[in-house]
Amino acid sequence: MSELEAVYTVWLREMIRYFRAKERIIGSLAMPIFWLLIFGSSMRTSVSLGINLDYTSFIAPGVIAMTIMFTSMFSGISVIWDKELGFMKEMLVAPVSRISIVTGKSLGGATTALIQGILVLSLSFILGVRINMISLLIIIPIIILIALGLVGIGVAIASLLESMEGFQLIMNFIIMPMFFLSGALFPINNLPDWLKVISYIDPVTYDVELLRYVMTGFSNINVMLSFIIVLGFTCSTLLIGAYLFNKRS
Amino acid sequence: MIGLTIIEVKNLTKIFNKEIIAVDNISFKIKKGEIFGFLGPNGAGKTTTINMLCTLIRPSSGGATVCRYDIIKEPDKVRKCIGLVFQDTTLDDRLTAKENLELHARLYGVQKSKREKRINEVLELVELKDRANDVVKTFSGGMQRRLEIARGLIHYPKVLFLDEPTLGLDPQTRKHVWEYILNLKKEHEITIMMTTHYMDEADELCDRVAIIDYGNIIALDTPKNLKNSLKGDTIILDIKDKDIEKAKKVFKNSKVFNSQVFLSVKNAGKEIKKVLEKAKRYGIEVIEANIRKPTLNDVFLHLTGREIREETVSLKEELKRRRRIRGH
Repeated sequence: MSELEAVYTVWLREMIRYFRAKERIIGSLAMPIFWLLIFGSSMRTSVSLGINLDYTSFIAPGVIAMTIMFTSMFSGISVIWDKELGFMKEMLVAPVSRISIVTGKSLGGATTALIQGILVLSLSFILGVRINMISLLIIIPIIILIALGLVGIGVAIASLLESMEGFQLIMNFIIMPMFFLSGALFPINNLPDWLKVISYIDPVTYDVELLRYVMTGFSNINVMLSFIIVLGFTCSTLLIGAYLFNKRS
Repeated sequence: MIGLTIIEVKNLTKIFNKEIIAVDNISFKIKKGEIFGFLGPNGAGKTTTINMLCTLIRPSSGGATVCRYDIIKEPDKVRKCIGLVFQDTTLDDRLTAKENLELHARLYGVQKSKREKRINEVLELVELKDRANDVVKTFSGGMQRRLEIARGLIHYPKVLFLDEPTLGLDPQTRKHVWEYILNLKKEHEITIMMTTHYMDEADELCDRVAIIDYGNIIALDTPKNLKNSLKGDTIILDIKDKDIEKAKKVFKNSKVFNSQVFLSVKNAGKEIKKVLEKAKRYGIEVIEANIRKPTLNDVFLHLTGREIREETVSLKEELKRRRRIRGH
């Protein structure tokens, strides 16, 4: 019971912090709007998808995936911030297990990612992306699944990094390439072979494909395959993240 | 109440990286209801000892019991019975004072029915009730420290560990924090183990003081007894650098530090004349002579031949504060 309470407590703190930074919530929506509105409209005529789907609808799942990715990876990486803030120490000396702390932290990250994802989903709806009602119901557990996997990477990275100094490096060499190679903005079928291989290695590719299938019914990769890979990926990053967190802090 | 042992440390040792001996085979007992001080320069092993006692790090050898629980075998029970105030701030500065306390109460399993009442009690104790719903970022250093003391008390700990409770605070705030600490002992019968490198702090607050240097306890007694062990007063002669070597030879039982000669004498008023004459006889030029009643600093100096360096706020903490100002 007390461990559950601990998970809830850590989660609660993430929520309070998230809702307190209202300007950050608004700020984080600017990027998706730019992508959908400016990039979506301007590239509409230049990119040939070869399918019966307008470009904005094509990238909408990609932009949602991007939002989930940024939000959840950042919240995982915020473990470093907690260390520097000192609050991590307060949590670690409490009579609760480290697994509860990392679980609360991960669930907090996934919840914020879910909220952000749904905000962007609503935005795309306003901007004319058609979404059917059934996909709305399926998309929530899928976003949570995707988000948890990415929080796991964030926690793992944070456990390995000593300070925020390495953060920019991670941002430029991991997060951005993962996003651009994922087929969020273009169909991976059209890529040259060597890039295609990298895209297939990029776990975010399967996140995007899964979301795209749910939202538009279109996907480059078999949807069951995507789902299995995402599920497996989430399980393993959560385990790795929890292991490293436990060991390193 | 006083008399029962609440912390018992036996041959506690911590070696980092197989070569750096941070704490070297120390043993002592702390009695229920006393304020026990760990006094020593930075790097002496004070924080390492506290970290071991509060189960944050494992001892390399030896052990201890806190509230009769073994720190190695029963860490969770130990954690439940102690309160901690770290050297560096460990508050979440985006949360309000009350939220910080609430999270702590939840993590330590304080029952829901008691939580609200207890939070109000501890806020009242440190006089922060009117700031309960303010975000901690807006608090001054002294207020944050008080809030941390309040937080350390929420779960009714039997022992409170304070690691450098007044580091980096201005003199007025320090006095204020001292009052709270003394009050805790008097009104709430909490045993307190604190570390400090401030001599006056140890002198003012502690019932007993352990002086620690290079991981060893080199003296342990009441501040009064420690000072009395110096056989009386100190005469301090300021001399010129060129006379240092000569002074070391002439005044055999003295300590020379920074071109100052420290002489322990029974009655400084009577003996200063003799000392000055002696200096003159051997051609040691005395710039200034002072008499001082013994302080814990003299005890430390007497035992180690060094003074306790004045610490400044650690670099990390300094950076953190700067970052806060920038608003990240």
